[in-house]
Amino acid sequence: MSQVAEQDKTAASGGEDFDGLRLRQVTKSFGAFTAVDDLDLDIPNGSFFALLGPSGCGKTTTLRMVAGLEIPTSGSITLGGDDITFAKPYRRPVNTVFQSYALFPHLDIFENVAFGLRRRKKSDVEAQVNKMLELVELTSQARKKPAQLSGGQQQRVALARALINEPQVLLLDEPLGALDLKLRRSMQIEIKRIQNEVGQTFVHVTHDQEEAMTMADTVAVMNRGVIEQMGSPSDLYENPRSTFVANFLGQSNLIEGAVTHRSADLVTVDMHGIGVSIPVARAHADGDRGWVGIRPEKVLIGELGEELDAPGNSVPGGVVTDVSFVGVSTQYLVRMPWGQELQVFQQNTGHRRLFRQGEQVELSWRPEYAFLLDYSQDAAAGAQRGAED
Amino acid sequence: MTGRWIRDHLVLMLGLLVLAYTFIPIAVVVLMSFNAPQSRLIYRFDGFTMHNWLNPCEDPSMCQALGRSIEIGLAATIVATILGTLAAFALVRHDFAGRSASNLLIFLPMASPEIVMGSSLLALFVASGLGGQLGFWTILVAHIMFCLSFVVVTVRARLAGLDDNLEQAAMDLYATPSQTFWRVTFPLVFPGILGAALLSFSLSFDDFIITNLNAGNTTTFPMYVWGVAQRGVPMQVNVVGTVMFLISIAIVLAGELRNRQRAKGLTAPTVAEDLAVQRAS
Repeated sequence: MSQVAEQDKTAASGGEDFDGLRLRQVTKSFGAFTAVDDLDLDIPNGSFFALLGPSGCGKTTTLRMVAGLEIPTSGSITLGGDDITFAKPYRRPVNTVFQSYALFPHLDIFENVAFGLRRRKKSDVEAQVNKMLELVELTSQARKKPAQLSGGQQQRVALARALINEPQVLLLDEPLGALDLKLRRSMQIEIKRIQNEVGQTFVHVTHDQEEAMTMADTVAVMNRGVIEQMGSPSDLYENPRSTFVANFLGQSNLIEGAVTHRSADLVTVDMHGIGVSIPVARAHADGDRGWVGIRPEKVLIGELGEELDAPGNSVPGGVVTDVSFVGVSTQYLVRMPWGQELQVFQQNTGHRRLFRQGEQVELSWRPEYAFLLDYSQDAAAGAQRGAED
Repeated sequence: MTGRWIRDHLVLMLGLLVLAYTFIPIAVVVLMSFNAPQSRLIYRFDGFTMHNWLNPCEDPSMCQALGRSIEIGLAATIVATILGTLAAFALVRHDFAGRSASNLLIFLPMASPEIVMGSSLLALFVASGLGGQLGFWTILVAHIMFCLSFVVVTVRARLAGLDDNLEQAAMDLYATPSQTFWRVTFPLVFPGILGAALLSFSLSFDDFIITNLNAGNTTTFPMYVWGVAQRGVPMQVNVVGTVMFLISIAIVLAGELRNRQRAKGLTAPTVAEDLAVQRAS
């Protein structure tokens, strides 16, 4: 996956002295099924890294290999320069927050948190545990059993129990999956605060794109055992490189088009008879055809012939087929002359009028917002995300 | 009015009736332990006395039989609990050829009639030339055999209900495999093992059919009671019965008390519940 090296320049040039978590050509097969396929990954120290993907994409398997709970079929894992590929889980400076929390039901909260310290015969257990319980605001619950705590409190115990060991890497396996939406939002902020405070590397596995984008500074989108794209949340969202990423992170309109001209800084595409241009940095298609992608909130909607703030790409001939008013914005479905329905989100700033179903409209967008994806990819890939959340 | 009152309280009445049905025989045993009988042959309450409680071993052969039963019960419990626990771990944790067959076969002693097991054991002992040595050891072998399946089933159920993640979490938190076992696995499975041990003891203590067939000249407590029943049971038998009952109650209460002290919401079944489940099956 040359893509990863391209994206993460520090890692590519870092070579041997890279001291973060590094996976090289890691493959994990279960019988005939390949869960993780030739994965290369560099996670610098101190970063909050998210592995994002649908269930079964290999993200949890990757995490378990880093934790030592699975052994890779091939490839190597190094941490701070040490090869830990085959190290036993209890011999690597990595701790995990399990999806089900896996708190020890027979031990109280204090002893749960102290477990790792006691196994390593650390002195000063009491002071450290109390400090950690303070960090997660559970001091008053120290002598309760896990079953007496609420889901959010158990989550914080699981976090404290892992963090107290000061692991070089903290692994979080869908840690918020069992919480309700409101609690999840506040825990996202809480975990981010804790990460800022302790400064350790966090690797977070999730299928919730919003969660990944809120919390992580680098997100890797995984699909079918490989990383589709890696980068900062805004990078991934604004400039997706594959249809899977375009659809899995937010929503995208993907319109078929033929490449007519390539210049030094622009690619011109004929989109059902309408010429649009896309900056070269956002064009990820080599062939003579491609998918022109545009985010619904980047599309402007106006009356026929209306002057819109979008020089360059203007698409006439649309008919509004559906209008959903959702408060902050209005979401339109617009049927284009070639039969496709495009999504348009318009902010309700009060400056623009609402369009009604059946009205003739003209769409347009600024060329620098569009992107071009390879035609060989499935335009619907990753779009079923909604059903999983 | 009355009809309605009966309708409203029907479930309660039925419940009380069931409780009475269960406890009246025990109440009779307790009562009779204070009996001063006029004749050994007529079993009725003739007068109150502490004599039976103060002289439990008036008939030395009863106490001898009781001691024998306790000896056999303890030995059978210890051996069956250890072997059964190991077998349960093997059956749950390891995948080996013949595992499903073993899982099935382990039920067989529980399912087959005692008379069949007892007589086939006797046939086995006689055939292997031990016919002349029937006694303590043959009883012990027989008791270990039938206790074993109950131990395996009880511990296996407990172990199967254990979340794999707990052991993985322990390993992740620097516990070696042996620390993981003693700090996490064993404490969590222990209630099941304890329940299995209590069950084994009570099964061994009150077994009559299999024991009788393989006892030779040895007499256990149930055999003694059966023997004397034909010429009048000494009232001390009721003392033993009452004591056994009190011990059982004490164990159940202790378990219940401990559970109340612990978390209200702990999902782990208690010893008493484990026992109840096994008794029922």
